[in-house]
Amino acid sequence: MTITADMGGWELFKNSLWPMIQGGIKYTIPLTLISFTLGLALALLLAIMRLSNRKYFTIPARMLVSAVRGTPLLVQLSIVFFGLGSIGLTIDPFPSAIIAFTLNVGAYASEIIRASILSIPKGQWEASHTIGMSYWQALRRIVLPQASRVSIPPLSNTFISLVKDTSLASLILVTELFRKAQEIAARTYDFMLLYLEAALLYWIICFVLSIIQDRIERRLERHISN
Amino acid sequence: MFLTVEGLTKAFGELEVLKDIDLEIEKGNILTIIGPSGSGKTTLLRCLNVLEMPNKGKFAFHDGVQVDFGKEPSKKEVTSLRRRSGMVFQSYNLFPHKTALENVTEGPLIVQKRPKSEVLALAENLLDKVGLADKMNLYPHQLSGGQQQRVGIARALAIEPELMLFDEPTSALDPELVGEVLKVIKDLANEGWTMVIVTHELKFAEQVSNQVIFMDEGQIVEQGPPEAVLKSPKEKRTQQFLERILNP
Ligand SMILES: Nc1ncnc2c1ncn2[C@@H]1O[C@H](COP(=O)(O)OP(=O)(O)O)[C@@H](O)[C@H]1O
Ligand SMILES: [Mg+2]
Repeated sequence: MTITADMGGWELFKNSLWPMIQGGIKYTIPLTLISFTLGLALALLLAIMRLSNRKYFTIPARMLVSAVRGTPLLVQLSIVFFGLGSIGLTIDPFPSAIIAFTLNVGAYASEIIRASILSIPKGQWEASHTIGMSYWQALRRIVLPQASRVSIPPLSNTFISLVKDTSLASLILVTELFRKAQEIAARTYDFMLLYLEAALLYWIICFVLSIIQDRIERRLERHISN
Repeated sequence: MFLTVEGLTKAFGELEVLKDIDLEIEKGNILTIIGPSGSGKTTLLRCLNVLEMPNKGKFAFHDGVQVDFGKEPSKKEVTSLRRRSGMVFQSYNLFPHKTALENVTEGPLIVQKRPKSEVLALAENLLDKVGLADKMNLYPHQLSGGQQQRVGIARALAIEPELMLFDEPTSALDPELVGEVLKVIKDLANEGWTMVIVTHELKFAEQVSNQVIFMDEGQIVEQGPPEAVLKSPKEKRTQQFLERILNP
């Protein structure tokens, strides 16, 4: 499928569909899945650090969360890719994007996880302790399973936002879905068509995700109907 | 003597909730604690279980183990203190994501790491004993309050404690469900369990206990056999409290 500047609208649309979908499959989706998984692990760590009563855990965690939430994602991406690159620490576009998005998900999701842990009644901790559980046993076996149910709806919103945010990786040259649209548009000058096409693809992905989200939430509701 | 408590003191900030409490619990005896709301009954039970860390006081157990809260005990000491007693909460505090059976097996299986077949037999036996043999695989929200509290009792028994602590075990229940829970506690009494029970059920207290304590404002005002404390109290505050409960 070749793309030329004199192509008709419908043909251009059809022929650029596959390159964009490829960008999605090769970069947008892996970027989202990897960053989200790593981000959740970071978020759990940050949440537990913030719930500690030791300052040398809470302060670094709070500072990281505050810094990430208080600065634009685009600036963070630029620091990791262009900034570090300029001081001799060159990281490829894709891993740079993973680092920035992981930090981002970590910071936002840590707030969600922290709130969900705090929402579990104190009596659950106490009952765990009276049957002999340590802090970690109670956290892992009693509190986190309940907290994860509370946090799944807000975390799925974070996930959907992440899918859209990965388009920012185009600015550090990751050839994901939107970068593909930009590349084709630069050759054909048909910005309106190609950007609308990219928007449509994002919309379809997010629409499917929101249906899955809905299902999960309904199933959860059935489980915690007490 | 099973446990001797000496000079137990607990404050939350400025608020002194337990003021120099002395207490003796005899093996196989049932001690009930009555008293107005806010008098420190729950805090006393929680201190016995170290869910609340006493500020001062000494525990001396029948087997020679002594703990002096003058200095904070180690984690290991706290764990072994907790190991001695099972706690039943006013609001049950069952684990909502686990079945009745799993609530009961959690302690012996996960904490005590006992063999699975042994723990299953123990848990089934305990659930049968509290009359829930046919409800083992239900989740807490599928059970009535009385059933949930009976699971709570089985869960506490499952760690095989020496002492059972009950904090108003029937206060959250609809009146028609109180009896089934009290019956289970009476059965335990007949089996010779050592128990401390905070309750407002005076008739029940009279039937099961060997000793009754009346608490007010963080102090033990009066104690003795149930007939004495409940029927002919000497202290004015006890008389007033009983009067208020009997003629609300
Ligand atoms: N964790 C706590 N922090 C501060 N005050 C508390 C706490 N727990 C209990 N108290 C206070 O201690 C007093 C005794 O409470 P409690 O032991 O629950 O009494 P009771 O069980 O007899 O009703 C009350 O004034 C209560 O408000
Ligand atoms: Mg109380």
